[in-house]
This record gives sequence, structure tokens and C-alpha cells, in this order.
Amino acid sequence: MPLARVLLFGLGLHFKMLSRSPFDMFVVVASPLIFATLAYFLFQGGHGQSLLVAALASGVMGIWSTTTAQGAGALQTQRRIGILELLVASPTPFWAVVLPITVAISAIGVYSLAIGLVYVRVLFGVAIVIRDWIAFAVAIPAAIAAIGSLGFLFASALVRYRSAFMLGNLFEWPVWMISGLLIPVAVLPGWLQPVSWLFAPTWGMRALRHATLGTGSPWLDIAVCALLSVAYLIAGSFCLRLFLRSARARATLALT
Amino acid sequence: MTNLRLLTIGGYISYRALFGWLNPFTYAITLLIPSLTQLAFFVYLGRTAHVANDAFYVAGNALVAAATPSLFGMAQTVAGERYTQTLALLVVSPASRIAVFFGRSLPATVNGIVISVWTLAIAAVLFGIHIPAHALAPLALTIAVTSFACVGIGLFNASLGLRWRETAVIGNLLLYILLIFAGVNVPLSRLPGWMSTLAQGLPVTHGANAARQLIAGASLGHVLPLIAAEALVGTVYVVIGLSTISLFELEARRGATLEVA
Repeated sequence: MPLARVLLFGLGLHFKMLSRSPFDMFVVVASPLIFATLAYFLFQGGHGQSLLVAALASGVMGIWSTTTAQGAGALQTQRRIGILELLVASPTPFWAVVLPITVAISAIGVYSLAIGLVYVRVLFGVAIVIRDWIAFAVAIPAAIAAIGSLGFLFASALVRYRSAFMLGNLFEWPVWMISGLLIPVAVLPGWLQPVSWLFAPTWGMRALRHATLGTGSPWLDIAVCALLSVAYLIAGSFCLRLFLRSARARATLALT
Repeated sequence: MTNLRLLTIGGYISYRALFGWLNPFTYAITLLIPSLTQLAFFVYLGRTAHVANDAFYVAGNALVAAATPSLFGMAQTVAGERYTQTLALLVVSPASRIAVFFGRSLPATVNGIVISVWTLAIAAVLFGIHIPAHALAPLALTIAVTSFACVGIGLFNASLGLRWRETAVIGNLLLYILLIFAGVNVPLSRLPGWMSTLAQGLPVTHGANAARQLIAGASLGHVLPLIAAEALVGTVYVVIGLSTISLFELEARRGATLEVA
């Protein structure tokens, strides 16, 4: 019970803090506006449903953008503001401290989804027609949790690097490209498709698309999101344990 | 002589130190690789949309790659000083502001050229874009002029850093504006009239157009007016950037707001 409280309180606290960060809010607001606009001008003549899916894709791009920009450097941020040692020394398991941070970073991407939908509705008059509202409502937190868990893995795996923030950023454009967001996977070289299956945005987007268009079952995609979340958490916890052991042995927790 | 030293040595040292590029790994993951992945994204998006051929996206995105080091590098010349708490010292120094900031823009220009050439060369190989041999020298000129123009808008971004703390936000916003408005990824003919008109006053627009025509086989004489237009746009932004630096510095002195901006 105390652990659940830590997770929920941490999630709420970091969500509110990130919502007041000009940089993070810019990323989540600008991404859908920019990419929905690009999609509109590039796919002129496309029907309303394709613009609706493009708006959703732009929203997922926003979620992924905040995750790569901030998630990878989440622990570096705690180190920079001088509380990393306090967090590690506290009796709460360290993963329970880090996970709400990375999930909150992805969760502010919910603004991206909302802005993308409002934007295409108001500016381009696209009707927001969702075939399966229940699956859509479940797919959003499932996608956010999976992407946030991937952010947790990034934060844990890259913590030893001074340039973790930039290393995380490396994944922004490639994952946008291979996850079937604005670009169908069929256009890409065949070998990229299995690579895309490893990344949560692929399944999050599939779930949202299927729930919106009713072209397939979103529940399978939601299940894969859940599975990936667990896999990322296990891998991330393992990396985090290695990092903490090494940092304690070498007394380098405050250093990079 | 002092101004010349500030312009060259001062510019080089501050640019390298403020961006933390003390090892090539950071440089590669910050600029070399993202410029290529961004380009690949738009090439495949273009293939999906069937709006233009690969050469259109390769040329446009290789040219706009020069904007990234210019916008963020120049903004960092102010934001980095604030972070290391030396901005006030810089402002009280008697050094010529033009020498200091124009000097800092020179490495950014060179860096923009390097990134742009790298992106164009690698992308041409990856996506099979044939660049005629006679187009190489004019392309180099186009890239150099476009990089200069991008540094012009970078100087403006640096000046905003004296007024607002969030330089990364402003830099990203300007970059996104270039991606949409400057005809980099959407042909100007597909944009509404007001957007394509606005594009005429933005860096990269004319440079990307010139590069596309050169790759298609046009001669230097044919694209010279476009290159001249790009140079003019760049010069206007340099003047605006240096003027706003003076203006915001004056404002900061008057209101004692240098560190609270």
C-alpha cells in the first residue's frame, strides 16, 4: 500500500511540475500542431478519417518526443538539482521513485493528443468519430504507460552517460519514422518492421488507430502495450540495480 | 586588433566551450546523426504523400540542417553564459558587441556548412540522388550562403536569450517554422498564399530552391538570383540580430533584469 501511494503521489506531483515547464509544454503543444499541419498540406485531398488518424499520430509523436527529450535524462536532472543521493538513500525502492517521473513525462503527452484532436476539428473541420470509445479510452493510458516504461528503461540504461539527454534524443526521429505514425510501415525497408515491434509507440498507435477506425482489434495491441511495459520495467530495474551497485562501490553517485 | 582577436579566437573558444563539444561523440549524437534521421523521416513521408521526389526532400533537409547548429549554437552563446554565471561579466566588459557576437557566429556558420555538406553527401548515397559534378562548387556556395543566413536568424535567437530564459523553446519554434514555411518539406505551391509570401523572407527558402535546381542540372548563372536572395535575407537577419542584442542589453541594464530574464 505505501508503495502504491508513492507511485501515485509521485506521478501526480511530477505531472503537475512538468505541466508548468515551458520547455516540456512547448514540446507537447508544438508537436501535434506542426505535424498535423505538415500532414494536412502534404496529404491535401485526404479524407477526414485520415486527418483524424494523422492528428492522433501527431499526438503520439508528442508523447514520444517528451519521453526522448526528458525521460532519458530524468536521473541526470535529479543529480543536477542535488537530490539524487537523498532519493537513493531513502527507504523507498529507487525504481518506485524513478518510474513515476518517467511515466509523468510521457503522461503530459496527453495534452498532445487533446491538442491534435481539437486542432484538426477547429481548423480543418474534421469530425471526431471514434468507433470504439471504450477501447480508445483504455488505449490512451496503455500507450502512455508503455512509452513511460520505455522512458524508465532509457533513464536507467543511460544514467552513466553525461550526454544521456542527447542520447535519448537520438531515438526521436527514427522511432517516429518506423512506428507507423505518419509513415506506413509498408513504405519502409522490410528489415525495419521487426525493429519497430520493440518500441511502444508502434503498438500504442496501432491501438488508437484500430479503436478509431474499427479496422482491427485494438485489444491485442493494448495487450502488447501491457506486455512491453512489464518487459521494459524488468530490464530497466535490472539496469538501475547495476548502476546503483556500481555507483555505491565507486562513490560516483554524484558524478557522471 | 583587439576586435579581430575577439572576433576570431574569442568566437572559436566560446563556441566550442559553451556547447560542451569537447569530444566528437557528443558532436555526432547531437548533430551528425539527427540531421540524417530527420532527413530520412521526411524522405519516407514524402514517398507516402507522393508530393515530390526524394531529391526534393534530400536537398531541402540537407540545407535546413544548417539551421540546427545556428539556432541553438547561437542561443547557447547567451544561455551558456547565463548558466555559467558569466553573462553579467560579458555585459560589463568594454568589448565591442559586434565583434563578440559576430565572432561567435563565425564558428556556427562553419559548423552549419559542415553539417549541411555531411547530410547532403550521406543522404545522396543512401537515397541514390545523383549530383552532377559541375553542380558541386555552386552547391558548396549555396550551402555556405544558406548557413550564413541561418546564423543570421540564430543571432536574433541569441538576442531573445537576453530577454527570455527559454532559448531552447524559441529555437525549436523557429526551426519548426522553417520546416513548414520555408518550402523544405512542403512545396510552396501547396501552401496558402500568405505562407508562401512569408517564406520569401525566411532563411533556407531560396537556398533550398537553388540546391534543388542545381541537383536537377541547372547552372550557377541560373540560380545566382536565388543565392543572392538568400544572402540578402541572411544579411537582414544579421543586422536585426545585432540590433536586438544591443536593444535587449540596454533594456536589461536599465531594468536590472539580466539575470532574471
